[in-house]
Amino acid sequence: MSVDQKTVRRIAHLARIAVTDEEVPHLQGELNAILSFVEQLNEVNVDGVEPMTSVTPMTMKKRQDGVTDGGYANKVVQNAPSTEDSFFLVPKVIE
Amino acid sequence: MTELTHLTIAEARDGLKAKSFSATELAKAHIAAVEKARALNAYVLETPEHALSMAKASDEKIAKGEARALEGIPLGIKDLFCTEGVVSTAGSKILGNFNPPYESTVTKNLWNDGAVMLGKLNMDEFAMGSSNETSAFGPVVSPWRREGSNVSAGASGAIEGTHLVPGGSSGGSAAAVAAHLCLGATATDTGGSIRQPAAFTGTVGIKPTYGRVSRWGTVAFASSLDQAGPITRTVRDAAIMLRSMSGPDAKDTTCVDLPVPDYEAAVTRGVKGLKIGIPKEYRVDGMSPEIDALWAKGVEWLRQAGAEIVEVSLPHTKYALPAYYIVAPAEASSNLARYDGVRYGLRVPGKDIVDMYEKTRAAGFGREVKRRIMIGTYVLSAGYYDAYYVRAQKIRTLIKQDFEKVYASGVHAILTPATPSAAFGIGEKGSGDPVEMYLNDIFTVTVNMAGLPGIAVPAGLDSQGLPLGLQLIGRAFDEETLFAVGQVIEDAAGRIKLPQPWWA
Repeated sequence: MSVDQKTVRRIAHLARIAVTDEEVPHLQGELNAILSFVEQLNEVNVDGVEPMTSVTPMTMKKRQDGVTDGGYANKVVQNAPSTEDSFFLVPKVIE
Repeated sequence: MTELTHLTIAEARDGLKAKSFSATELAKAHIAAVEKARALNAYVLETPEHALSMAKASDEKIAKGEARALEGIPLGIKDLFCTEGVVSTAGSKILGNFNPPYESTVTKNLWNDGAVMLGKLNMDEFAMGSSNETSAFGPVVSPWRREGSNVSAGASGAIEGTHLVPGGSSGGSAAAVAAHLCLGATATDTGGSIRQPAAFTGTVGIKPTYGRVSRWGTVAFASSLDQAGPITRTVRDAAIMLRSMSGPDAKDTTCVDLPVPDYEAAVTRGVKGLKIGIPKEYRVDGMSPEIDALWAKGVEWLRQAGAEIVEVSLPHTKYALPAYYIVAPAEASSNLARYDGVRYGLRVPGKDIVDMYEKTRAAGFGREVKRRIMIGTYVLSAGYYDAYYVRAQKIRTLIKQDFEKVYASGVHAILTPATPSAAFGIGEKGSGDPVEMYLNDIFTVTVNMAGLPGIAVPAGLDSQGLPLGLQLIGRAFDEETLFAVGQVIEDAAGRIKLPQPWWA
């Protein structure tokens, strides 16, 4: 399977990465190189094989459903590029 | 007395205990070495004040006879581990001046055992790379040079000539350990990022079993594959450091509640009675004859030390790397969605919020990271999920079953080469086709896909005088056997003579 330039633009948008017109042909070439490399997986018979969900069989750890942490909104937002009163600020979303 | 920077962790521990030198002296010797080696670009951030205050605290502990397992040992920390109050970048511009308000579990464990932080180490951006060339802070220069090479530190202190890469993604860690800029370093391994740079620099690197070390506070790349481990100059040092890094952690549900064995005690066990498997599928086309010869030598060493050698088959080996290049980018595309210009790091303004996301991510991520996010986005997108992602996860099951069958037949560990070649020069690989660079990980990536432990141990030099490593793959949670077998290889091969400081 290979991707055309329209698909490259669509993937870039899904991934929320702006791409320039000059970048598209390069990305197309690189993505197609990777996709052609992974094509060999189609040789493998995977009938009846369970997809891996956990590398080491283990029981999920559980804990009491209680508040164990928190109460420091300042710390949570301290690295944000734009904040006000411990809220993250973003460009206007709703018109 | 040996130069303080040339001690092993075990020797430094004994020297501190015997009061032959102080933790402060040890820290100062390293701080000086780090300053003189800036041309290598191994450290992205030096923290001498931290080192000196931690060393002072260690000296007080030692004076009171309360020394802990790593008391006063100066370490470098890969910049993927969040360190409280110390800028952590993951090798990327997108994190900006991210200053974590928390400490990763791995580093917290190390400080709790008395270790001293010298600084943060360079790495491929988000650990995506095999040469440290994708770092937003520039490549790391390997302390190793080919025989007769023209690489040198010029008058201005900048490196001249085509230098070698230290491998990646833990390139700063491997270079710093090999260049005596720390006694040991933390590293992480998603597809080979501990073992490949260790092999390229004549150092020891172990990726423990998935779940042995907590991932909490370590910047995520591919969560089902990522695992932290140490890079050190000896097998014993790796055992000492891994013991401190490991352990249960309530903050990571994939971190197991198993007691941590005394790995150092396993180092001298030897290999008598052990069955070592040699997988025929690792004899790949185009592998250098030197690597093949080294592998044969490794087999001979283990046989002479009393191990039983058996040929084994891991039939799905060749599919591990292509399956990895579906699973890892898929997980990365999800993990890296958080870098959106809202919660931390860089923000590039846009005409609306989506435009702001897109511009921020375009400016903040490097080429390799963008490529992998896009591949991951594609293989997870509607209509392709089953064909790519689910198929890759099924193949992962088959890869794991290959190992399970071999271990069920009584094999204790598997011996393979660590890399298909010695270190290459900067700019030599992957500029046209990304897959060329990916092929570096063909021997290491199967281990991550199966969640098993793997160690790379230096085993000799090639005809150009560059180090080559052998890899041992173990049973899940049996790192002890890897240390035992690794020590036998280290003893047989002899400690690799690390490069003289031509950069200083």
